[in-house]
Amino acid sequence: MEEARPIRAAEECWGRRLPRIEPFRQTLARHGLELTRGETTTLQVNVGLLCNQACHHCHLEAGPDRREVMKPETGDAVVAFVRRCRVGVIDITGGAPELNPKLGRMIKSLAPFVPRIMLRSNLTALRERERDSLVDLCRNHRVAIVASLPSLNEAQAESQRGRGVFRKSIAALQRLNSLGYGRADLELNLVVNPTGAFLPPSQEQTARRFREVLHKKWGITFNHLFTFANVPLGRFRHWLERSGNLESYTASLVARFNPCAVQGLMCRTLVSVSWDGYLYDCDFNLARGLPLGGRKIHISDTDHLPAPGTSIAVSDHCYTCTAGAGFT
Amino acid sequence: METYYDPQDLPKFEEIGKEAPELARKFFEYYQAVFADGELGEREKALIALAVAHTIQCPYCIDAYTRACLEKGSSLAEMTEAVHVAVAIRGGASLVHGIQMRNIAGKISL
Repeated sequence: MEEARPIRAAEECWGRRLPRIEPFRQTLARHGLELTRGETTTLQVNVGLLCNQACHHCHLEAGPDRREVMKPETGDAVVAFVRRCRVGVIDITGGAPELNPKLGRMIKSLAPFVPRIMLRSNLTALRERERDSLVDLCRNHRVAIVASLPSLNEAQAESQRGRGVFRKSIAALQRLNSLGYGRADLELNLVVNPTGAFLPPSQEQTARRFREVLHKKWGITFNHLFTFANVPLGRFRHWLERSGNLESYTASLVARFNPCAVQGLMCRTLVSVSWDGYLYDCDFNLARGLPLGGRKIHISDTDHLPAPGTSIAVSDHCYTCTAGAGFT
Repeated sequence: METYYDPQDLPKFEEIGKEAPELARKFFEYYQAVFADGELGEREKALIALAVAHTIQCPYCIDAYTRACLEKGSSLAEMTEAVHVAVAIRGGASLVHGIQMRNIAGKISL
């Protein structure tokens, strides 16, 4: 197991602070706020950075060349942890989780111990024919599928996710619908991330519009839709830098800091476990290398969820989740 | 190169209230009310504003409403169609004056 590293190492990796950006911690303090954990109900499991796509907004820089995949023994440690510590929700993410060959085994092992399992999918990885048995397994265990679809416009969707992805995604959604997904008991939820250096549209209005257009054009139905801002980390940050948008994008996140969003932030009720088994307050802190509690703790070395009131590691990327309505 | 238009001027818009604060307050209140969700949604209003921005060829407005349209979930295809609506009306307005030309020419021609 790797040695625990202090947070400062991650700060050094982050590079220069942008001019005129008030540090996130200072902004919290100015509003008399502190970001601490509530009761942890969700365990997010990142089963690997391997992905069949290399989306331009990916904060983890997942892609076909990545070799970081959760090993079976780490998966077993996750299952053992869930058996020790009761959690309400397992949120499986990646990379493309479907590319982890042990995903089915993990779902089967976790299902008896958690009331709800969510699988984040890019749709194209789920669409491959050899994954039919995985889809059946998901259906049998009532696994909610959370699928990325950034835009109703083919060119814009593909500007984020790669050529050919839009039509495959539409076909995958139609297939999921034909298998019963999109009904109340088989949840199919969509995630919309902006296709550039701008903030996401209103969740309610986007849901209304996607529902109408997807049904009218392709007969697709879904349960819920979530809009999330892109986090200026990883591949998206590189693009922001290259395109000269980093400063203005970060400034727009800071300008829309909403103190009321802090209370409902996702990181207050979630713990994220990386592909190699270490714990983080959220997937973005995982991307930044900011471990939970300030030092790397392996999931096999702990027998409890973090207590309510524990501090959450923060940095300037946290402005993403507090912009506007917030990332809840 | 110095130009009359500077993108950094856009965030300074509210400074216009310094000499006539009451008029500025009324204008900005009205402006906000116009763009709020109503019988038309915010997304549709932003598309109209983008089309008008092209008609009056205001670079500040084009900058602001390109961003607003994207942030309200419009696609580039929808925004391009909105610009064409402005172009069609603008072009049509010129072309329909051709009837005046024809009327005058008709009146003075054999």
